[in-house]
Amino acid sequence: MQTNWIVLTIAFSYLALLFVIAAWGDRRAEQGRSLVNSPTIYALSIAVYCTAWTFYGSVGRAATTGLSFLLIYLGPTLAMLSGWLVLRKMIRIARAQRITSIADFISARYGKSGGLGMLVALIAVIAIMPYIALQLKAITVSYGVLTEYPNLTPPDLSLQDFWNDKAFWVALVLAVFIILFGTRHLDASERHEGMVTAIAFESLVKLFAFIAVGLFVCFALYPGPSALMADAASMLPNLEQHFGLDQIPGGPLGWFGTLILATLAFITLPRQFQVLVVENVNEQHLRRACWLFPLYLLLINLFVIPIALAGMMGGMSEPDSFVLTLPLSAGLDALPLLVFIGGLSAATSMMIVETIALSTMVSNQLVMPLLLRWRSLHLDPSRDLSGWLLGIRRIAIIAILILGYLYHALIGEAYSLVTIGLVSFAAASQFAPALLLGLYWRGASRNGAAAGLLAGITVWAWTLLIPGFALSGWIPTDFIEQGPYGLTLLKPYALFGLEGWDIYTHSLFWSMLVNIGLLVSVSLFSRQTHMEQTQAALFTNALRPEAEMAAIWQGQANRQELFQLVQRYLGKAATVRLLGVEPLDRHDDSPATPAMLAAAEQGLTGALGSATARILINSVVRGEALDMDSILSILDNTSQTLEYNRRLEQKSNELSRISAELRGANDRLRELDRLKDEFLAMVSHELRTPLTSIRAFAEILNDAEAMEPEQRQHFLGIIVRESERLSRLIEEILDMARLESGRMTLSPERCDLSQLTRQAIEAVEQLFQQRGIRLESRLPDTPCPVIADPDRLQQVLINLLDNASKFAGTDTPRVFVDLTALKQRYEVHVEDNGPGIAVAEREKVFEKFHQIEAGHSDKARPQGTGLGLPISRGIINQQGGRLWVADPKTLTGACIVLALPSAPDETQEVSS
Amino acid sequence: MKAPRQGRLVALTLLALVLFSPPLLLLFDRPTDYGFSSLALVLYGCWAGLILLAAIVLEGRDAD
Repeated sequence: MQTNWIVLTIAFSYLALLFVIAAWGDRRAEQGRSLVNSPTIYALSIAVYCTAWTFYGSVGRAATTGLSFLLIYLGPTLAMLSGWLVLRKMIRIARAQRITSIADFISARYGKSGGLGMLVALIAVIAIMPYIALQLKAITVSYGVLTEYPNLTPPDLSLQDFWNDKAFWVALVLAVFIILFGTRHLDASERHEGMVTAIAFESLVKLFAFIAVGLFVCFALYPGPSALMADAASMLPNLEQHFGLDQIPGGPLGWFGTLILATLAFITLPRQFQVLVVENVNEQHLRRACWLFPLYLLLINLFVIPIALAGMMGGMSEPDSFVLTLPLSAGLDALPLLVFIGGLSAATSMMIVETIALSTMVSNQLVMPLLLRWRSLHLDPSRDLSGWLLGIRRIAIIAILILGYLYHALIGEAYSLVTIGLVSFAAASQFAPALLLGLYWRGASRNGAAAGLLAGITVWAWTLLIPGFALSGWIPTDFIEQGPYGLTLLKPYALFGLEGWDIYTHSLFWSMLVNIGLLVSVSLFSRQTHMEQTQAALFTNALRPEAEMAAIWQGQANRQELFQLVQRYLGKAATVRLLGVEPLDRHDDSPATPAMLAAAEQGLTGALGSATARILINSVVRGEALDMDSILSILDNTSQTLEYNRRLEQKSNELSRISAELRGANDRLRELDRLKDEFLAMVSHELRTPLTSIRAFAEILNDAEAMEPEQRQHFLGIIVRESERLSRLIEEILDMARLESGRMTLSPERCDLSQLTRQAIEAVEQLFQQRGIRLESRLPDTPCPVIADPDRLQQVLINLLDNASKFAGTDTPRVFVDLTALKQRYEVHVEDNGPGIAVAEREKVFEKFHQIEAGHSDKARPQGTGLGLPISRGIINQQGGRLWVADPKTLTGACIVLALPSAPDETQEVSS
Repeated sequence: MKAPRQGRLVALTLLALVLFSPPLLLLFDRPTDYGFSSLALVLYGCWAGLILLAAIVLEGRDAD
């Protein structure tokens, strides 16, 4: 027996240690060296499943109903074996959608339905809260055993002097702990690293304590396990009836029912969802947890049967306290204290996680939606609401713990509280159809889920909860025996005459029957909204890679409004981090990007739940909020037609584009064809002119028998000139054809433009003198290097000079050549003092066979082919230069400009 | 490598369900030398074996 003070000091020191560990965990998380980022810690935190009810109760169940205690652990083992498939999907969805609780998860799955979230939260609060009371009761009872042994008096449970009840103070300390480590900040992910660290530590403590008792019983109290078994076989009567299936309530069927019940409840209990899904840091951690957690369960159950047997042989009265009374009866001091701490750790860890999970649900699914809809509250839009949120959650935490304590103090001995463990398992498992079917069946609809849940929980209440109330003595028990109003078909423990089953399997069967039945049938006969379809597709395809693309926001939202909205709930620092922008100018009305909207929704979902976040975001988004078609077309099979439509449209767009291109090409071809005809006509005309005169003069020479030798000479001269002209013309036509087909071969090299110009001037000098034209030039002394084919360039220059000479003025014909060096190029201006070229004509002179109407009175027509300038321009263009008609600078007539880019420096050229 | 592991896990879960369910359990529900049913020993043994198998499947080399 221990004195009160020692026990109290150790118990509260243990709680203080939890504070230290949680603070350490949070500190490490802030430093970025997270402790929680380990699969082992994750597996240990899942062990919050083992509560005080199992810590003390397993041995009790083993002593009274045999192996049925094992079912509570075999169920989770089954769930964890399939965890890599099922839980991983839930974790991935929760991460993508920032899910914070099971109510949020189910609400998000069914189109972010606020009503469904509310229903789940309500069921959870009603069914799970008494479970917290059970933990407090375990603390009170174990404290009583520890301090009063061997005078075991049932603890005096009442509200009369609650300050003497240690459980009250434990609840108070836990409230402080949860508020400190559970509601420190509102972050996008509702993760509590410090808390998880403390929970993992507590899991180690309870495992250690239980194994210590087991070893003590097997090896200290008895010489070994087999000796213990042998003793038990000789001492205990009717042992052959122990630990068989017959001992299980309900026999083999009861065994199977409870196994399924534990499997489902393990996934759907709010605290399990919290540690399994919400607090998961990395889905890869699940890989180890899937076998490490079952191993933990195996270890903590290893000594249950030996302890139960030893207790029974010791003739002790309360099987639930065997764990404590066995070491106490041996006169030990330290071990009972360790066991007490183990039980305390099992109780506190459950209360901590359950309270956080419930308070998140209460604030996000129950209180906030109501507050936001309550117009008369006039929540000032500019006010910072993040404080409100935390406040609501803290109040919820305190309320949950106080209610839990009240349950414990007022009805602690009642039947309904004692059995609440499995009863709340049965309530939580009502979430399983909506949750699990929703993960794999896209057709599950909101109406179906709501109907199934409501019906399931009603059957649960009728077959478990209300009879429990009756057996606690609060209402008459007649209806259990005879059915309500004598309707025997509705007897709660034998619904529709189904008798001989244990109450849990019976309740599970009927509630699941109506739950799944309604979920499936209502879903099959109701239509899903767009939002439901989208969410259903996102949930069922969560493990597929294309689900990575989360909901896409469209529509218009003002960046400033969005920022203010998020800031109201999350505070400024978190908002800046979330949206990645600094607060903007008050009058800034730039639109928010879809990425910002998605981030804002996720952030708000993390703090408020998906349904509420949806309403809030909708309040600032104008227009269609979600691009349904784009998501559905990718994810939804039935909307594949949409995708096909889109593709068809794409194809037809493409086709019309191509046909427009073809039409354009056709037009160009027609134009070219027309030009070709024109060209042919012109070429034949041009060829015919000299040919005609040659033929005419040749015929004259042929026919004339006697002709003056002088005249004959003259005619022959004309024939020779016209033949030359003909061959020149053909030469030029060939050049033109080569240019146009791109087959003209140029051999560009580095040459000096000023030298080439000088050579060209020299070449035509004689001609100019003959024609009496004054040729002036201004050429720089320095070389003007260009990259060009020198022969062709010279051909162009001579052509230009020749043209100028033809059009120079009549009285004092002058031609002026000017070579200037500009920044990147050289320009050769060839001017004459002739009539010039009208602005409208300037581009036409570069057309084939275009000839300016002769302004010369003495020369009826210019002697040219009309191909000189087009060929010149083609050659210059091919060498990277330009040829155009400009306004004359020095003289008054025409001015043709030839520009060529300057060649790069020779040194550079060499080096490169 | 993902498909075989998923298949193995599904098979393992089904095996666990069969091992932990009545028809097979009834076979083991026989008295031992000590007088009480051997069910407990069989269950613990199956349990440990399943955990071992799960560990091998999940932590195996083809895990990634």
